[in-house]
Amino acid sequence: MKAPVGTTGLIFNEPLLWEKGAKGRTGFSMPLRDIERYPVEDSVKGEGPDFPDLSELDVVRHFTRLSQWNFGVDSGMYPLGSCTMKYNPKTNERQAALPGLAGGHPLLPEVLCQGALKLMADLERFLAEITGLPAVSLQPAAGSHGELTGMMVIDAYLKSKGQRRTKVLIPDTAHGTNPASAALCGLKAIPLTSNEQGILSTENVAELMDEDTAGIMVTNPNTLGLFEANIQQVADIVHAKGGLIYGDGANMNAVMGIVDIQKLGVDVLHLNLHKTFSTPHGGGGPGSGPICVTERLAPFLPVPRVVEKDGCYTLSEDFPQSVGKIHAFYGNFGVLVKAYSYILSLGADLKKVSQYAVLNANYIKESLKDVYHLAYDRPCMHECVFSDKHQEAYHVSTLDIAKRLMEYGFHPPTVYFPLVVHGAIMVEPTETESKEMIDAFIDTMRAIAEEVKADPERFHEAPRITKVRRLDETGAARNPCLTGCGR
Amino acid sequence: MSKAIGDLVFPDDIRYSDDHEWARQEEEIVKVGITDYAQDQLGDIVYVELPEVGSRFSVGEEFGTLESVKAVSELFMPMGGEIVAINEALADTPERVNSEPYGGGWMVIIKPNDAAQFKALKDRSAYQGLLKGSE
Amino acid sequence: MMRYLPHTNEDISAMLEKVGVGSLVALFDSIPESCRRQAPLNLPDPMSEWDLNEHMDGLAADMAVAPQYKVFLGAGSYDHFIPEAIKHLLLRSEVYTAYTPYQPEISQGTLQTIFEYQTLIARLLGMEVANASMYDGASALAEALLMAIRITRRKKVAVSRAVHPLYRRVVATYLAPTGYEIVEIPYTPDGRTDLSALGDLSALAAVAVQSPNFFGCVEDLRANADAVHADPKALLVTCFSEPLAYGILKNPGSCGADIVCGEGQSLGIPRSFGGPGLGVFASRQKYVRNMPGRLIGQTVDKDGKRGFVLTLATREQHIRRERATSNICSNQGLCATTATMYMAILGGTGFRELAALNHDKAAYLKAELQKAGLTIAFDSPVFNEFVVKFPSGFDTTYQRLLEKKIVAGLPLAPYYPELADHCLLCVTETSRRTDMDALAKEVAS
Repeated sequence: MKAPVGTTGLIFNEPLLWEKGAKGRTGFSMPLRDIERYPVEDSVKGEGPDFPDLSELDVVRHFTRLSQWNFGVDSGMYPLGSCTMKYNPKTNERQAALPGLAGGHPLLPEVLCQGALKLMADLERFLAEITGLPAVSLQPAAGSHGELTGMMVIDAYLKSKGQRRTKVLIPDTAHGTNPASAALCGLKAIPLTSNEQGILSTENVAELMDEDTAGIMVTNPNTLGLFEANIQQVADIVHAKGGLIYGDGANMNAVMGIVDIQKLGVDVLHLNLHKTFSTPHGGGGPGSGPICVTERLAPFLPVPRVVEKDGCYTLSEDFPQSVGKIHAFYGNFGVLVKAYSYILSLGADLKKVSQYAVLNANYIKESLKDVYHLAYDRPCMHECVFSDKHQEAYHVSTLDIAKRLMEYGFHPPTVYFPLVVHGAIMVEPTETESKEMIDAFIDTMRAIAEEVKADPERFHEAPRITKVRRLDETGAARNPCLTGCGR
Repeated sequence: MSKAIGDLVFPDDIRYSDDHEWARQEEEIVKVGITDYAQDQLGDIVYVELPEVGSRFSVGEEFGTLESVKAVSELFMPMGGEIVAINEALADTPERVNSEPYGGGWMVIIKPNDAAQFKALKDRSAYQGLLKGSE
Repeated sequence: MMRYLPHTNEDISAMLEKVGVGSLVALFDSIPESCRRQAPLNLPDPMSEWDLNEHMDGLAADMAVAPQYKVFLGAGSYDHFIPEAIKHLLLRSEVYTAYTPYQPEISQGTLQTIFEYQTLIARLLGMEVANASMYDGASALAEALLMAIRITRRKKVAVSRAVHPLYRRVVATYLAPTGYEIVEIPYTPDGRTDLSALGDLSALAAVAVQSPNFFGCVEDLRANADAVHADPKALLVTCFSEPLAYGILKNPGSCGADIVCGEGQSLGIPRSFGGPGLGVFASRQKYVRNMPGRLIGQTVDKDGKRGFVLTLATREQHIRRERATSNICSNQGLCATTATMYMAILGGTGFRELAALNHDKAAYLKAELQKAGLTIAFDSPVFNEFVVKFPSGFDTTYQRLLEKKIVAGLPLAPYYPELADHCLLCVTETSRRTDMDALAKEVAS
């Protein structure tokens, strides 16, 4: 048995906020009152909220202790497939916190916010260069927000041609946000079955593509970590019937500097800045999901758009065919700053980022395929997919393996996705993990494979050294307790 | 993990649909639920969404959903007709679907449009054959 | 060597050998030539950390912010003091480098924090349940209306003209593809929504009002709820852009709102040129299965210890796919965490006092501007924003003030042509009496 990397440290229990404090305390430095009190009209006057009163140290200890219950990228390797948990550079945080950028009001007169406008204009140019798609909107606040916006752009384009199409083709390997975003645009998802090689088959697409289909939503590389080698033929088939190609760019980390997305035939691509471009995941956001489109779709992008003239930047609404607005202001500017800083720090070395990401994934694939069933034994891109097929005989599942892996100091990979692989284990190491760390991961996974045979019961007990163990998710769903209920 | 088919229960006084629902004829009305195989595959049921009494559906049409923690499954009418009663107890105790799939875990009672559709459903051995075929 | 890329030449050789290819380039052989870039990436040369600092300092310097500028702007983005303790806590890397808490055993920090967020927000708004957040106030409003449409199965909504104009534009964009109808409700001369203009409610899924509204006026939410609930199905959706107001105003839940949403940026989040913000979203318990977004629930582990998990996930896209309540995946996790820390550090007592301070500063400026001869446009009670009518020729004064580094509010002409000579002014605890006196003096002259 391999020695666990975790120890028993002092991890403190910490109650809920309203189980602490004493009335009258505060952690806030109230500014001095330099004006008199004015009464609030009785008709609108309220009681104020029932919040606990806490001192500054009460609050600092509370959240310090809570943070120690978390596993972050800075804690250890986080090989979550399709999430690109790469290192979050600290310099990015410094830039986003600069008072000039963090303190800017979005509705300042343009002459007073040239710094922010220039940053946005530059970032649009960089993303256009990286993807090969010339027109960019930074407005979507997350990947699925970008998907929705992209589908709206396609919908608006078709309507401008007098067409009202009702369907869209979506591969069975697609992320759930794809059909959900399509549904928000009133489009019915028609599933495509991936072929034995794990990629789209041109026959299947040709069979289903018709003039009532708005187009296809494609992830490339796909969620099996495979490059959709038939993408150009697929694009031709869809374009021939007047449809468009939506590209889900969640896996962009595999192909920067290598693939020209426009050449693939993609018309609209969304990017996840919190994946490929190193902005932090924040425990669930905020992200940012810019979209990049071809010239013919540019008129439909959200407004306002940054326009540059003689070194001066303005925000223009003069795009009558625009889909409108999907965010109150310009998107998650504070996140854009971090992606911008990342791109400036790497420049053309973004190509090395993709090369090393793909190298790391293939190295893991080759090193584990003899002990874990590999769903598709072919060269992969930046992630690879295993399954629990070899472990089934011992009644150990993917879930059990994930829980055991935690005890060894690794965040588990993505599990049970994509749905086309039963018991999927999707591993994406990213380029920021060193060979030693990857070797440690490989050794651990090999040790676990041995343990499955020697002591399968151990797995149903896992994890044992975490703060809580195997939570009752059934109870949580049957009797939801979503706010403090005094239990 | 799921049970082996040999460990599951299939009463012989009811008929079965290809979507893993069962139907029991009780004079003019038909009681409907899901089979032991279905509840075992779905895992712990956390929520059951049933239609309003009085609504009408055709055979094979979706009339409700079953939720476990990580999955949603549709319920399809084994026969066309009007919903005359729903099992209100499932709102508070959805786990009955797992513990008594043929008894207290029943879902709806329908007044069928066409009694002949009952014969079109499978008997126990035909249903077990369907399950063995998909093993 | 780049400091984020640890691979040495030796590492690369050893790994390529294991993989069985001769070079990094060969790793991409499965990609057809016709898909490849021809030219290398045309990006600026990589900057060192020190050059990057200098470059970014330059961009930041080209922005009008406090303390050099006195910016009396609100309109959905508010200047509030952010305690250093919060900035410090947010830089704990276990907080910000963690992913969505899908593996609950190693994310209890995130999960308990967001459970606390849901609870404090529900208490602030007087509602039974709140979700883990949406992107911003505007998209939250759009999602609230879509939720009402799902619940009632009606296809039309009514939105007050006094709701933030940019929120209304986002609502229009969201509802356009599926063809749901939006009806606009006018406002009265005292700056509040005129629900009497609505007429027949039987086709409406929801009526949406904002309080305090875009003009800063506090709506009569109880009267609005009574009017809307005269129809058995129609829902009252209320939204807000300044949640601090509920430190001293009646909360929407106590007035009968069915769904409440809005912008939570004021709760300790910097303005950052409009984003990231915080889409706050809450509703009655009975609608929870129709709610979009993530939800954290309390439960126990196998040893009986209290813990928290993502729950009711079957509403969401990764399970329900095209029949999900929304396509939303990410929430604004770190912003919700920030808001929780802010509400905790202020406490109930502090929150009330800070709200009172905002209210009183705005009341002071309002009085001083009236003394300086300006007309206050609307008679209704306000919180920390109000609309002022400026005399003709004010454009020149506005420009002169800009040169003195004072931004005298938001001119309303681009948003409300009928209010072309009006400005929306905002005052928070960050404005001193001396700043307000200076503004009043300048407009009087």
